[in-house]
Amino acid sequence: MKMELIQPFINAADAVLSQGLQSPILIGNLSMEQEAYRRKGVAALVWLTGDIEGRIIFDLDSSTAVRVASQFAGSEVPESDDLVRETVCELANQVIGNAITTLNDQGFHFRVHPPVLHTSEHGSQSSEDTEALVLCFETESGAVFMNIALRYNQKREKQASASA
Amino acid sequence: MEQFAPVRRSKDGQPIRYLIVDDSVFARKNLARIIESFGGQLAGEAGDGLTAIAEYDRTHPDLVLMDITMPQMEGIEAAEKIVQKHPEARVVMVSSVGYQENIVAALQRGARHFVQKPVKPEVLYEVIKYVLGEDGVVAQATGAGV
Repeated sequence: MKMELIQPFINAADAVLSQGLQSPILIGNLSMEQEAYRRKGVAALVWLTGDIEGRIIFDLDSSTAVRVASQFAGSEVPESDDLVRETVCELANQVIGNAITTLNDQGFHFRVHPPVLHTSEHGSQSSEDTEALVLCFETESGAVFMNIALRYNQKREKQASASA
Repeated sequence: MEQFAPVRRSKDGQPIRYLIVDDSVFARKNLARIIESFGGQLAGEAGDGLTAIAEYDRTHPDLVLMDITMPQMEGIEAAEKIVQKHPEARVVMVSSVGYQENIVAALQRGARHFVQKPVKPEVLYEVIKYVLGEDGVVAQATGAGV
């Protein structure tokens, strides 16, 4: 996976999290995931289709999700509240929206599907052309994981090079 | 949250009434908190474009804050339909997807302005004052203001 695809997501997550949580963010571990995705807590999944395709998962353990939701909402949110899951989805929506704005301005066109809660414990295993990169953002509310598996749409790439 | 000098309707001094349209409950609550800090009043809420059109007809708000990516009917189409029926409608698009062609499409189809998420209250405040123009007036602040 090329860094030019990843960097806009890192920048967007940094900006959205630091603004929403009103505190600095540290970008922690960055690793390639070889095994099938294993959910850590409350997770939102967003699919992208177009010039770039794949999926991005935002994943927070339950207590971090509650703290982040409370911080974003400006008041305590109980763990059972749907607002916790809503916040994780909206967080994913904002980060991905900001990142694709940058990518679109670079000439990539794609469709972002609305975030859905990822409820299964495991996801599909990464393959060679859709290897997953896992980023950890250390916040004062806890760790926020972003799992990115994207690839260039080869069919579109071929069309573009044929017409060039 | 920071309090802003209240923006009111110049014709009668009443609070500005907003219709908030977003499929995310969280985003709606967040926007409602922000407009409250501007001295505004929530006229209605909708989670998709179709409901937004019905809510506009029912509540006749002074201003609509409209998300773009939503189920049933997307925000740009809903904005267009509202403005076709109510040319005086003021619709501000609020979306995390802020690339040029999206903004241009929204403006061409009747939206008055665009604000990118995450929403900075001070940015939205200025946009609202700009969109209201002479129909809005900044009242004397009662607390700490901008």
